[in-house]
Amino acid sequence: MPKITINNTEIEVAHGTTILEAAKQLNIKIPTLCHIDGCAPIGACRVCLVEVDGARDPVASCSTPVTDGMKVKTNSKTARSARKGVVELLLSEHDGDCQTCERGGDCELQQLARDLGIRTVRFEGAKAEKVIDESTPALIRDSGKCISCRRCVTVCNEIQGVGSIFPQGRGFKSNIGPAFTSNLDNVTCVQCGQCSAVCPVGAISEHDQIDEVWKALDDPDKHVVVQTAPAIRAALGESFELPPGTLVTGKMVTALRQLGFNAVFDTNFAADLTIMEEGTELLTRLKKALVDGDKSVALPMFTSCSPGWINYAESFFPEILPNISSCKSPQQMFGAVAKTYYADKIGVKPENMVVVSIMPCTAKKYEAARPEMTGSGVQDVDIVLTTRELGRMIKMAGIDFESLPDQEMDSPLGLSTGAADIFGNTGGVMEAALRTVYEIVTGQDFPFPHLHISPIAGLEGVKEASVKIENTVPEWSFLKGVEVKVAVAHGLSNARKLIEKILKGEADYHFIEVMCCPGGCIGGGGQPRFTDNNVREARISALYREDEGKKLRKSHKNPDIVKIYNEFLKKPLGHRSHELLHTEYTSKTKV
Amino acid sequence: MSQVACCCEEMSDQEKTERLNEILDEYKHKPGGLIPVLQHTQSIYGYLPEEPLKIIAKALDKPYSEVAGVVSFYSFFSTHPRGKYQVRVCLGTACYVRGGKEILDALKKELGIDVGETTEDRLFSLEVGRCFGSCGLAPVILVNEDVHRRVKASKVGEILAQYKGEATDDQ
Repeated sequence: MPKITINNTEIEVAHGTTILEAAKQLNIKIPTLCHIDGCAPIGACRVCLVEVDGARDPVASCSTPVTDGMKVKTNSKTARSARKGVVELLLSEHDGDCQTCERGGDCELQQLARDLGIRTVRFEGAKAEKVIDESTPALIRDSGKCISCRRCVTVCNEIQGVGSIFPQGRGFKSNIGPAFTSNLDNVTCVQCGQCSAVCPVGAISEHDQIDEVWKALDDPDKHVVVQTAPAIRAALGESFELPPGTLVTGKMVTALRQLGFNAVFDTNFAADLTIMEEGTELLTRLKKALVDGDKSVALPMFTSCSPGWINYAESFFPEILPNISSCKSPQQMFGAVAKTYYADKIGVKPENMVVVSIMPCTAKKYEAARPEMTGSGVQDVDIVLTTRELGRMIKMAGIDFESLPDQEMDSPLGLSTGAADIFGNTGGVMEAALRTVYEIVTGQDFPFPHLHISPIAGLEGVKEASVKIENTVPEWSFLKGVEVKVAVAHGLSNARKLIEKILKGEADYHFIEVMCCPGGCIGGGGQPRFTDNNVREARISALYREDEGKKLRKSHKNPDIVKIYNEFLKKPLGHRSHELLHTEYTSKTKV
Repeated sequence: MSQVACCCEEMSDQEKTERLNEILDEYKHKPGGLIPVLQHTQSIYGYLPEEPLKIIAKALDKPYSEVAGVVSFYSFFSTHPRGKYQVRVCLGTACYVRGGKEILDALKKELGIDVGETTEDRLFSLEVGRCFGSCGLAPVILVNEDVHRRVKASKVGEILAQYKGEATDDQ
């Protein structure tokens, strides 16, 4: 193993380790604006320059593997001035309206300029051409702010396998974006927003809808309700400098009430509802396939909660659309029952109700605007804010988040079980579904320790497990002895691997969970920046803590779910469920 | 590369598609096949229209954005129809210092078009290149596949006249 010296400290590292990685092991910080952990280094931003003894020029530490005896200086005059020069050059072409930029105070370039003590920019030159792309409901791209670091290209191509964006053109005129610099809505983009989550500057961000929410809140004729996705409570604290994985459920509820929402509800309630519908759908499909011998039943069944995943399947694998559960996502189920069941209870017309969602996701903005999402007769979900937008809105209102007391969600759409909390992390929807399905089928307690199926937890890209059904209640006796095989994928390139295996006939799963973003919704494109695997793990463990802290941990045990079926929906997959809670998918041409 | 000259005028649309499919069959499993496929495609169509590019992306299992990125990176590739004769002026170091820039200016004036444009009669289009690998002959211009060596700015009219003559002979 090569031994190297970094700033007079010796370290032995594995072959192939880069200087950047070796320095990290010594807790020496080398800045970078293009590197993403786990992805191949591209050396695009040149900010990580260090001095290496014997090398003619400073080298990019992210893409230089160590060699035995190498002597590296990260803090010499040469290294410092090279790095400073690079950042000054970036600043010279960057459209730096920091005071009004969405990223002001949260911008890696701004922070780096500050860290390097840059007070003047020595170079004056042309600015990058400023073209603003507002063509999608989810994202806004501003080429004037782009520093061509290509992190967005890396996530879109390598991690998501979507490839909507790529460097176009050459040299100073090059542009990071869709083919031939067209707008994002002209090409296949799943709107997951992972590009906006890794952008170091304000070049890609969510379509900000805060003003629309203020307008609704200020309108005395509107009854404005809010729902919060499971993943928000594990990440919102980061917008207020709390460590990743801090659970802020109670403070979040209080903050939303102080913002003026008429009722604070939980997408988790709708997640429990999803389990009832999706679990029943799975069992119905299995019965049709195994008992009735119906060859037209599509198995394995895929989950349908993640709108980025739905967009991906519609464009990349339309042949598997019949396999995707017809259940709407929890966000959309919530909107549909809020504007019918709840609106009726409080005597408000659906057109006078505004449903606002707080989501970890930019694709949810697109999903809410889909023309078919009008089960209540009007648009079911009106406005979607990301976690980041909610953080900004709370700051705008002058609310001191950290000092807020904890409060509880409102009834009747606020109560949820632990099964709903884990909808926010990879493996969670599957675990939640099996907790309920197993008990319905066997009439016995779910047999896993702490109710967790450990093989499908964690950050491995594709995971699988099987559950043997030993005994059953009479109604489901055909499942006796069946080994239910499940798989879980997160990050769309992992989903693609799984789908290709299934299409080739190399896998015989019954049920598959796909979440579009790495780590699941906790790693969504609308979450506070920056999300790496440490942050993902912290947020996941927060959701498991939230789950384990609840008395009720199985969706079918939620008394308000029992109530909505008794009073309104009657039964899962019933007539009203079909109208309000289920949907269809459309094959799209991939561009 | 076997064939770069434009053969677009001799082929029907169906023949072009068939030829493209043959090329894709040949290259789709070869690593690094994108650039040769684009070169052949440009020789079939005379330029790179949107539809073939989308077919190429699909056949090579590459994102359309990546195909477009490669097309827009190289000045050799064009997404607009080009003239019968593509005049390419080398502005690589050797040609530049020996007057490449003056040749380019003379050609612009003579043809009445800018770089990347095509004359109204669709006879000539003008491009620049960065080194054609013939530095010993600098300054160099290419007209389709013909190399013109040690070109003088004052003589570009004569060079173009040869091709104008050829075009008239064809008719």
